[in-house]
Amino acid sequence: MAHLTPTPVIEPLQDRTMILNMGPQHPSTHGVLRVILEIDGETIVRIMPDIGYLHTGIEKTCEAKFYQQVVPLTDRIDYLCPLTNNLCFALAVEKLLGMEIPPKAQWLRVLLNELTRINSHLVWLGTHALDLGAMTVFLYCFREREDILRLFEMVSGQRMMTSYFRIGGIALEPPLGFFERARDFADRFPSKVDEYENLLTGNPIWMMRTQGVAKISPEDAVALGATGPTLRGSGVDLDLRRDMPYSGYENFQFKVPLGKEGDVFDRYMCRVAELRESIGIVRQALDGMPEGPIKADSPKVVLPDREKMKTQMEALIYHFKIITEGFTVPAGEVYQAVESPRGEMGYYVVSDGTAKPYRVHMRAACLANLQTLPKMCEGRLIADVVAAIGSIDIVLGEIDR
Amino acid sequence: MALAPPITDIEQLKSHPALACLLDWNPAAIQSVKFDRDEMTINVERAHIREACAVLRDHREFPFEFLSDVTCVDWYPSEPRFEVIYHLFSISKKERVRLKVRLEGSSPVIESITSVWPAANYFEREVFDLFGIRFTGHPYLRRILMPEDWEGNPLRKDYPVEGYR
Repeated sequence: MAHLTPTPVIEPLQDRTMILNMGPQHPSTHGVLRVILEIDGETIVRIMPDIGYLHTGIEKTCEAKFYQQVVPLTDRIDYLCPLTNNLCFALAVEKLLGMEIPPKAQWLRVLLNELTRINSHLVWLGTHALDLGAMTVFLYCFREREDILRLFEMVSGQRMMTSYFRIGGIALEPPLGFFERARDFADRFPSKVDEYENLLTGNPIWMMRTQGVAKISPEDAVALGATGPTLRGSGVDLDLRRDMPYSGYENFQFKVPLGKEGDVFDRYMCRVAELRESIGIVRQALDGMPEGPIKADSPKVVLPDREKMKTQMEALIYHFKIITEGFTVPAGEVYQAVESPRGEMGYYVVSDGTAKPYRVHMRAACLANLQTLPKMCEGRLIADVVAAIGSIDIVLGEIDR
Repeated sequence: MALAPPITDIEQLKSHPALACLLDWNPAAIQSVKFDRDEMTINVERAHIREACAVLRDHREFPFEFLSDVTCVDWYPSEPRFEVIYHLFSISKKERVRLKVRLEGSSPVIESITSVWPAANYFEREVFDLFGIRFTGHPYLRRILMPEDWEGNPLRKDYPVEGYR
């Protein structure tokens, strides 16, 4: 029974301390994170995250699939932002192929990517507040999340595992009524953010649980590889959407919210401000949505329209070839990074010139962010661990892959 | 859009900040360079990797102060078999560079860079776990994703996709 081996075994360093095991089945660890604590009374002396309970070997599986078959696998890495993963992989392969994507596809990608960010932040806000004892926010957040999931279902037929962005563009034209629904949501949403803030931001209990808790300095955050709101909460100004624009982000105006103290409260404020910025980007994308094709003109890579397949011989041949043999990608390697809701999500794809990737590596933002946990928690109380884990916004699917 | 052929001539690429910095420091540490698809790759000698990282991190005008990622590629059965890959990022100048170290299959050992960036801790453990590369000087080199008593290193190319049955 390999999985029952007690790993890692740690012994208390001092006489008066004890080892406490938290997780992997614990409601506040957001999945299957195991945290081993060495405590002196209520104070934490040492803290050690133990991961790997959700390891599925996705990177190995990718090596046995055609490029287009990898897209659905990327959904399953970070199940709160599947579209961001789709986007990152598609961009990496498009860069390997040297492919240009039409503007409408880029704008749709930005639109859906920002909706994904809102979706992910809503799940984070709801569960984080729930961990700290604020029940109501959870219900409010999931109400709006449901609206976003309906939008995803409209475009892709799936609520969570969307696989909507494909190599060379996006899968389908959005259905009639999608843009109206999205605009309706964008109009309603800012007042909902006010509702969440009314419940939390000035709430004395919330402030006591979060302000000054689990602080991390900007130097430590950079050295430990933190990205996203975990880094920006400490005041480091880094957002890949603005700093290394991809998929047409250079056409959008948005602010990058920063914290000062690097505590749980600042990370909370960063994410709430990001909710407002993201809905601003959604509105800009809806206003300026260009006309044109949604797929690149590259018949050897992009699947043809169904209509063409019924009328044109070449389209049918290409369809058959892409499905049965895949498409070859020129040899080389790229590292493509995007700003996921949790930070820098990077795909390192190596091609050896065949139809299957030689190596796909995902740089998981959460894995690096989780390394900040010991710095945040040591010397503090056990209850603060729950606040710290929540504020990092971990997704174990992404950490363990 | 046609792909531009990769540039591998050091003379042409000298102006790249990361390469210029490493050439100033120790030209012997650089094996070769490649500029392909707008990405800079520098192959570094195994013995110099930790110092090269420290030099790039502490460079005065153009610091690469952030470690994005450490990973590995297995080129089995050709030799040198492993490539350990470091992705560095400059937060102040918005620039990336990729460092590569080639390792023989018979001695997959390399110096850890955890003393330069503590962030390398989990990344190197992951490479150790899935590829069996040993990082000397790592504070806690144990399996991280697979169970402690797992046999083999799953991401090696001679490890079957379905696993050993």
